Amino acid sequence: MAVNIKIPASLRKFVGGKDTVAVEGENVREALDGLETAHPGIKAKLCDDNGNVRRFINIYANAEDIRFLENLDTSLAEGAEVQIVPAIAGGR
Amino acid sequence: MSLSFTDYLAQVKGQIREISVQELREGQSDPALTIIDVREPEEHENGVIEGSELCPRGYLELRVENIQPERDKPIAILCQGGTRSALAAHSIMNLGYTDVTSVRGGMGAWSRAGYPIEQRRRLSKEDLARYSRQIILPQLGEAGQQKLLDAKVLLVGAGGLGSPTALYLAAGGVGTLGIIDNDIVDTSNLQRQVLHTEELEGTPKVESAVATLKRINSSINIKTYNERLSSANVMEIFKGYDVVVDGTDNFPTRYLINDACVMLDIPNVHGSIYHFDGQATIFNHAEGPCYRCLYPEPPPPELAPSCAEAGVLGAICGVVGTIQAVETVKLLTGIGDTLEGRLVSFDALDMSFRELKVRRDPNCLVCSPDPEITELIDYEQFCAVTF
Repeated sequence: MAVNIKIPASLRKFVGGKDTVAVEGENVREALDGLETAHPGIKAKLCDDNGNVRRFINIYANAEDIRFLENLDTSLAEGAEVQIVPAIAGGR
Repeated sequence: MSLSFTDYLAQVKGQIREISVQELREGQSDPALTIIDVREPEEHENGVIEGSELCPRGYLELRVENIQPERDKPIAILCQGGTRSALAAHSIMNLGYTDVTSVRGGMGAWSRAGYPIEQRRRLSKEDLARYSRQIILPQLGEAGQQKLLDAKVLLVGAGGLGSPTALYLAAGGVGTLGIIDNDIVDTSNLQRQVLHTEELEGTPKVESAVATLKRINSSINIKTYNERLSSANVMEIFKGYDVVVDGTDNFPTRYLINDACVMLDIPNVHGSIYHFDGQATIFNHAEGPCYRCLYPEPPPPELAPSCAEAGVLGAICGVVGTIQAVETVKLLTGIGDTLEGRLVSFDALDMSFRELKVRRDPNCLVCSPDPEITELIDYEQFCAVTF
């Protein structure tokens, strides 16, 4: 499945400044692996050493938080949007 | 042939449906029923029926479509004795309203029956003029403006986000605005913190905020707290506010605000920005999620640079801060669908707004039914920040 990963501003420096990266993947895990293959080093920003998504980052598949779906095993349809949503604190 | 008024009234009453005050009392709790009180403003001084729309007879045809745009929804019309309401009911039936009734005996009969009467304050002439452009909105009206004037909103941070929020809430007539910030105005703030001006560089932000806001609206109360929000002062400061608006710039304070709002049961209107990105939502409202449901843990400090380190486009603050102002007004007046359970994720570079679902975490450390955290903690330590 061709899917698009929406990259937040804080992580764009790891993907050559792009706001969206197109990858292949049947589920979120494969999509993130595809992202890592295309831009080595980014997965460590998203997941801990055990491969779990870090708790200050949320991954959304079609506007749903994957924690409330099948987590990294959440399957993706052709053209799905995966959005990475990190906690941001700025305000002043 | 001309009719006497008595004949005309009898003819009108033959064409409309009347209900008793008992029937009105029973229908009062039905949200589908619109009650329109067509008496003159001075007649309202002795009280009105709770939930009724006040619209003098002379304005009824002009305004009824704003009060109830749907022609087939039930409307009960009320005056003092039941005569003007009969004529009014007849008139709006001519406009195509199909389910209209006139209350027999009107407000007099309602009072004699001993049914509850609400004292509704009238806005002053000055307030009616000042807020006329929003009072005219049928969803808001005079009653909504009165709610704003009675409301108490606390802004945490008078910076990038707090500036636009404060400007609009003050201008819109939120009666009491609290502002907490312990910073002073610096040249580097002026690019985005639009509450502050060159003349007041070097003065505390809360003082600068008051100076600006009073020039916009001198009729509201502004309470300032020139201190840093902490576990020691948060409960005392938050108590009594209807809404807290989070416009701070660091994770420890965001978790502190969240936990205090959960413990005190105050809605938390959240906004945050970074580079060209923004996020906005409402936490701790209407059984919705809290900040910890969305982000159980803060990022480590090396991954959480402040605006000073990371940079921010000034106008982004306006986009997110005004979303917070709009949501605050909606919360206070009860209009529209507020943002709880939905995160607006804004990217200025491609100018996209995405709406993401935020669910309540059944295992949330602070807002679950059996929470692990029931007292404020050390938030600097929690976020591993060294000051």
